[in-house]
Amino acid sequence: MTYEDWSSFAQTWGTLYFTAIFFCALAYALWPRNGKGFRRAAQLPITEKDNGDDRPLA
Amino acid sequence: MAAAFSRERIDVSTFAVGFLILVVLILSFSGAANAADPAFRAHAFIFLIASAIGLAGLLGWHELSDRQPRFDKTFYEEGIVKAGIVATMFWGIAGFLVGLIIALQLTFPNLFYFPEIGWTNFGRLRPLHTSAVIFAFGGNALIATSFYVVQRTCRTRLVGGMWPWFVFWGYQLFIVIAATGYLMGVTQSKEYAEPEWYADIWLTIVWVAYLAVFVATILRRKEPHIYVANWFYLAFIVTIALLHLVNSLSIPISLAGSRSVSVFSGVQSALIQWWYGHNAVGFFLTAGFLAIMYYFIPKRIERPVWSYRLSIVHFWSLIFIYIWAGPHHLHYTALPQWAQTLGMTFSIMLWMPSWGGMINGLMTLSGAWDKLRTDPVVRMLVVSVAFYGMATFEGPVMSVREVNALSHYTDWGIGHVHSGALGWVGFVTFGALYCLTQWVWKRDRLYSNALVEWHFWIATIGIVLYITSMWVSGIMEGLMWRAYNQFGFLEYSFIETVSAKHISYIIRALGGGLYLTGALIMAYNLVRTARGDVPADERRRSSATPAIQPAE
Repeated sequence: MTYEDWSSFAQTWGTLYFTAIFFCALAYALWPRNGKGFRRAAQLPITEKDNGDDRPLA
Repeated sequence: MAAAFSRERIDVSTFAVGFLILVVLILSFSGAANAADPAFRAHAFIFLIASAIGLAGLLGWHELSDRQPRFDKTFYEEGIVKAGIVATMFWGIAGFLVGLIIALQLTFPNLFYFPEIGWTNFGRLRPLHTSAVIFAFGGNALIATSFYVVQRTCRTRLVGGMWPWFVFWGYQLFIVIAATGYLMGVTQSKEYAEPEWYADIWLTIVWVAYLAVFVATILRRKEPHIYVANWFYLAFIVTIALLHLVNSLSIPISLAGSRSVSVFSGVQSALIQWWYGHNAVGFFLTAGFLAIMYYFIPKRIERPVWSYRLSIVHFWSLIFIYIWAGPHHLHYTALPQWAQTLGMTFSIMLWMPSWGGMINGLMTLSGAWDKLRTDPVVRMLVVSVAFYGMATFEGPVMSVREVNALSHYTDWGIGHVHSGALGWVGFVTFGALYCLTQWVWKRDRLYSNALVEWHFWIATIGIVLYITSMWVSGIMEGLMWRAYNQFGFLEYSFIETVSAKHISYIIRALGGGLYLTGALIMAYNLVRTARGDVPADERRRSSATPAIQPAE
């Protein structure tokens, strides 16, 4: 393969590949059924309480 | 002896770390004996002393701690977070101070140039400043906060026993090796990747241990979901490993010498270097510190992040796009035009994830905007996000080829970098350090909120002075460089464009001095907070006000 072949391959298929995986990420983020897990995950920093407890993980 | 080393009393991770240090001890001993140049001998001795101290420390710790359970899984590991706070503050002040010194060297070269003391030369001190603030200050902040956040959001103790401590001390040793190397003139001449081959190998070992500790802790989590901050930390750790490994590929001239030759040359070398350099910005200074934003802002104001879905889109689009933006550092070079355009296009595309992330961080405060007035730590965190938005707006503009023709090689670039570094990275780190000090030392409040106010305003004025002076001097010198007279000759000699910047440089040094002053105030406040001190006026108030008596 010549340099021109490599560069044209990267310029066309690379764009399509990245568009495709971006839409996969978008679908994952916006999928309605994932909402419940996300709401729970968003609470993770806040629900965790230490309160100066001696054994926070016991 | 048999009792001291019985099976249940020996800790496997401590033994493994000790064995690794022993290997380093032997190698550095042999390096010191056979060194091909004085700089390598000096570094071999530093490794030798550090590994001897490390082994002695491990043995001492092992003997002292054999009565109580080691690495008790029912506790969070917070000692390492405390050590990280101290290291971050220490290297931060050192790095800001060196920055101020080189700013003064540029402003008053007659006063601050010492030709007979070679290691004080600007060329030696400049990488000392950049590495100290990025890798020593920023790196320690990321290691400390990531170790805190991953434990809290996974509800589990840091995995690996002694290994997190190996990561911490190994990283400090890397910093010392890199910093002393710059002063001795040891550099592989790649920007932000100056340390030579043996320091690179050491950093690789430390970084792999860091990745292993972080991933193992995530795998041991008690929560089904991996919180978004951990995704950003993970992207930072993995990508930095990859960038470091590829960009630092080199062949040592001698196994006992401090010089090496890069395996890349010419335009390939330039492309790899700026693929590395720009992603050091994207994954070290952006992804890592976004993790801080996504944990510390919600935690401090006790509200969940504005949109968790947006944080996921933010994460994946940032990761996909950033990695391609590097070629914008190589406009008008031998790099093929299409590759330059690709770098520019991806830089423009970065507006979307950057501003999505900024909006997500700022809107987390919706319904709690009063905290901006009442809690100066929250204000610091929020202003950092605003600077993130500003710097990530400016960057894509500067990546456009026509703008770059004016801005490249001028002080505009320096101003841009510092609006991101002082405003975003610095302030988000300060905010996180104020939070962490209060949390890990179990204090109800900081020693003094008034001192945080002072820090905030002094540092903010410092940043504004810094970036505005650099905009003025940068655009001015860019225009002067390209000015022609009616005969088609350059209007200005180079030295005229330098002397024209004198006033701007004075303002810049003043801004840097203010920023350093703010950091010193902060260090004082953190030390008093950690010691559990109460401000004098508060003590007076509590003793002057008699306790309210219950009605009879």
